[in-house]
Amino acid sequence: MAHTPPLVEEPPIAQVELGDIGTGPGGPGQGRDGERGPGPGGRSRPVPQRSYVTGLTMGLAAILMFFMALVSAFIVRKGLSDDWRAFPLPPILWLNTAILFVSSITIQVARRRLGREDVAAFRRWWTVTTGLGLLFVAGQLIAWRQLAHEGVYLASNPSSSFFYLLTAAHGVHLLGGIIALIVIGWRSWQNTRVTRSTATEMAAIYWHFMDGLWIFLFLLLMMGQ
Amino acid sequence: MSAHAHPVSHHAAAPQGFIRRYIFSTDHKVIGVQYWLLALAAVSVGMVLSWLFRVHLAWPHAILPGFGGVVKPEQYLELVTMHGTLMIFFVLTVAPQSGFGNYFLPIQIGADDMAFPTLNMMSFWVTFVAFFVLISAFFVPGGAPINGWTSYPPLSAVGAISGPGQGTGETLWVISIAMFCLASLLTALNFIATTIEMRTQGMSLMRMPLTVWAWFVTAIVGLLAFGVLLAACILLLLDRTAGTSFFIPAGLVFNDTQPALNHSGGSPLLWEHLFWFFGHPEVYIAILPSMGVVSTVLSTFSRKPVFGYKAMAYALCAIAFLGFTVWGHHMFVSGMSPYSAIAFSFLTLSIGVPSAIKTFNWLGTLWGGKIQFTSAMLFAIGFVSLFVTGGLSGLFLAQPSVDLPLHDTYFVIAHFHLVMGVAAVFGIFAGTYYWFPKMFGRCMNEKLGKIHFWFTFIGAYMIFMPMHWMGIMGALRRYAQPGGLAFLQHMSPIEHFITIAALITGAAQLLFYWNFFWSLRHGQKAGDNPWHATTLEWAVSSPPPHGNFEQVPHVYRGPYEYSVPGYSEDYIPQHLAPEQVAKAGA
Amino acid sequence: MHSRKTERGSGVAGLVLALTLVIFVAVTVYIFAANVFPMAPSITRVGDWIDSQYNLTLWITGVIFVMAQLGLAWMVFRYRDRGQKARFVHGNNLLEVIWTSATFVLFIAMGAMAVHAWSRVHFVPASSDALQIDVMAEQFTWNFRYAGPDGRFAPTAPENYSDANGNPFGINSNSKDTDDIVSPILEVPVGRQIELNMESKDVIHSFYVRELRIKQDIVPGMDIPIHFTPLKIGTYDIMCAQLCGLGHYQMHSTLHVVSEADFQKWLKQQEAENQQ
Repeated sequence: MAHTPPLVEEPPIAQVELGDIGTGPGGPGQGRDGERGPGPGGRSRPVPQRSYVTGLTMGLAAILMFFMALVSAFIVRKGLSDDWRAFPLPPILWLNTAILFVSSITIQVARRRLGREDVAAFRRWWTVTTGLGLLFVAGQLIAWRQLAHEGVYLASNPSSSFFYLLTAAHGVHLLGGIIALIVIGWRSWQNTRVTRSTATEMAAIYWHFMDGLWIFLFLLLMMGQ
Repeated sequence: MSAHAHPVSHHAAAPQGFIRRYIFSTDHKVIGVQYWLLALAAVSVGMVLSWLFRVHLAWPHAILPGFGGVVKPEQYLELVTMHGTLMIFFVLTVAPQSGFGNYFLPIQIGADDMAFPTLNMMSFWVTFVAFFVLISAFFVPGGAPINGWTSYPPLSAVGAISGPGQGTGETLWVISIAMFCLASLLTALNFIATTIEMRTQGMSLMRMPLTVWAWFVTAIVGLLAFGVLLAACILLLLDRTAGTSFFIPAGLVFNDTQPALNHSGGSPLLWEHLFWFFGHPEVYIAILPSMGVVSTVLSTFSRKPVFGYKAMAYALCAIAFLGFTVWGHHMFVSGMSPYSAIAFSFLTLSIGVPSAIKTFNWLGTLWGGKIQFTSAMLFAIGFVSLFVTGGLSGLFLAQPSVDLPLHDTYFVIAHFHLVMGVAAVFGIFAGTYYWFPKMFGRCMNEKLGKIHFWFTFIGAYMIFMPMHWMGIMGALRRYAQPGGLAFLQHMSPIEHFITIAALITGAAQLLFYWNFFWSLRHGQKAGDNPWHATTLEWAVSSPPPHGNFEQVPHVYRGPYEYSVPGYSEDYIPQHLAPEQVAKAGA
Repeated sequence: MHSRKTERGSGVAGLVLALTLVIFVAVTVYIFAANVFPMAPSITRVGDWIDSQYNLTLWITGVIFVMAQLGLAWMVFRYRDRGQKARFVHGNNLLEVIWTSATFVLFIAMGAMAVHAWSRVHFVPASSDALQIDVMAEQFTWNFRYAGPDGRFAPTAPENYSDANGNPFGINSNSKDTDDIVSPILEVPVGRQIELNMESKDVIHSFYVRELRIKQDIVPGMDIPIHFTPLKIGTYDIMCAQLCGLGHYQMHSTLHVVSEADFQKWLKQQEAENQQ
């Protein structure tokens, strides 16, 4: 039968208080006081940059499922009953779509510039993209105003309910992207956990996804008319 | 720890100050405990609610404190609705996954924290707020909602006209659940990124403990399912507050109130499809982590490797995948196409196959073992028994024709309580008794733990087995009273039996509370590895230091190398280099 | 640190656990085998088919239940720590294949056998001479409508709903067909096929009669038919089986299965009352 060796004598543990869970031997103040290791932001080890892209991809999967649920609700609701009334989509939506599409191009240009280490050019193209994004959102709001003017509101008809809902859901997610663009374009990149190139890559992936999603939703809304 | 030359990880300064260390902490260990405590609060409320409605069911004329008289039907339904909601969301989705998963996933893969610690902290606080939003439903005019945790429209969509609690109470319910969905999605994202990207050297997928597999697979399920519930909640909220008609058809007249409600064309079945598309994966979210814990605990205290590790990992994946295809089995009698019922039925029966594989492998793990009956082990063994019983009743419900007499009866209540309300909870208990020494540096009292087990195991069967028979005889769910039906009134001796069992079992849980809180301060000091276990968390101090590992660990073998012949110890930790492992007779 | 003995737990725990499982199995098997808590007796042929599928399922799950729980009991008893060495075994691929395939075949076969009863309820439409009865479910009563002497159902509309005026179906009083019979209880002749056309005017309800082995949700906005042929005269409870609000537990009616002669008598009575 295996003989169990005596337990290694442990270093004296300070009285373990309720909640002393994240610290223990090797906790604060021991050894290298105040010295920051290779991992900025208080971590022992740096997070591999590709974790951010993996995380983003998972986030996009979740967002996709959310929108697919709304889309399937759209399809079911349209097919189910005979109260679906088409209404003319405000033509400004075409302009908005074009603006968003162009912004996908400009964000790619910005990435290329950054890849060539031309930070000034990167900043310019990044700003253009941000501006286009804001224009898109403004354009969507104008579309809403135009519809309201025609008397088409959220509850007027299931077709309009889905229009407002889908554009709002997309818009909210896009606004999140715009905030990211602003932060990335303007922050100082000293001593950050995530590198500028990773951040721009993530923002660009997200941006393209939002663009593609919009085109899909726009087609769906047109199909609904 | 390994003496190989690894880059020594510098200890970045741990946060200072009470607030940063214990309240707004980004440390996954703190967050894990916070979630666990939140679940404890939720289960306490949920359990008290169950005592209240169980007493009412046994003694319908009893005057319960705080009810202002005999329990009214709407109060009964409030109790039942909130009990279900709290237990499924704030206990079974929080404790095993967000609680233990947060604490131990990074450590078991050799990482220093989750991939996104700040996001992790935000997820917890959103969940925390969601809990209070839910509880607040009790205190608003009209009270808490009465439509069950499943919240079917039109009952849940038309507001106060359909019943008490259906106004503000239900709106708060929807908002709480929507917040919960968001927080869960962020947590899932974190778990997945961490597992994929932050495994230490040597920690291949096939060397991960089954707990990690379970948390990983569960996170994928959650990632794909919670977005659908969020969408459904938004649609429901719009129907309730903005006059839309996603779920509300035309021509609804409540209590003769003319004209009919100003809605039209909506489909209540649309809600059911969206809800159950989430709802069925949700129950696997509730049980998969416990399955991971059970596999680990059975192995540790049998001193044997898990039998069929690969099959176990694949079975977890199969259950998760198939779990997305079977939602229609909640809807056999719903009015959906009866042809789709056949498809859902076969898929549901297929899910029994990976579940059976896991059961066989658990038995295989015990077989030939050297079984040590610690509290954690008792609960893990209990899990196997309960999972078998609860799973088998599912076979009845999986067949549409046999489901016809049993749907929406107490048979269903028995089924899901045995698998979720007891088996999954046993996984939480097993995890707590097993990991308490690691988390808090002290041991829980084993004697109390064993008494807790016996009362809970026997008590749970006494509570839920009779419900099968009530359901077979035709007793329906969500009935506040027998309502003048003779055959239901004749069941009152069974109701008495169940209620008494529930109250005794509930009282026995006080042993657990006592044991837990007392041991935090006065429990015997625990070493690093009181159970002589092999996975990485047992290689570090109890509790682990900030950053988890003094040096980056390297993994040399699988997670369950117990009783390997030719070595002096009956366990070989994952992180010991081969030349460091003492041979027999050395 | 725990002493070795406490850490192991004593072998007594294994023995007691095994015994507990054995007793549990024995009690459970007895209760099912002796049919201590029987289902209400079935009064239709489809119900009998459902019952036989239920019994088949009970047998299969019963055998698995006994084997698994006793297997567990055996393991914890036989392999409790008495100082032995544990077997170092990682698994057995052949066993995995065997028990996976066996389980799959068994479950799918059982499912295939269940299709028959379901198809008789749902895939076979009612015959054209089935007795048509409309059902209206609402918070918290049932009402049933028969076509009356003219054999036609009067048109209805939601704006005409009025329980207070005895018009739960919302029959259009301007129409010529208002000889419909509206009844709070469901009266049917034995041996004839009955087709129910069910609607709800407010929330989801569910029509449930134990002895018919029928349960069908009634969804507002949908017209849901279901048919059955009762073979035994008697009185049976109709219950609502889908949570519909605070009066859910009180939403009952009665199914009276009577002889053809008694049914005709009842019809005549209702028509007479209508004319008053």
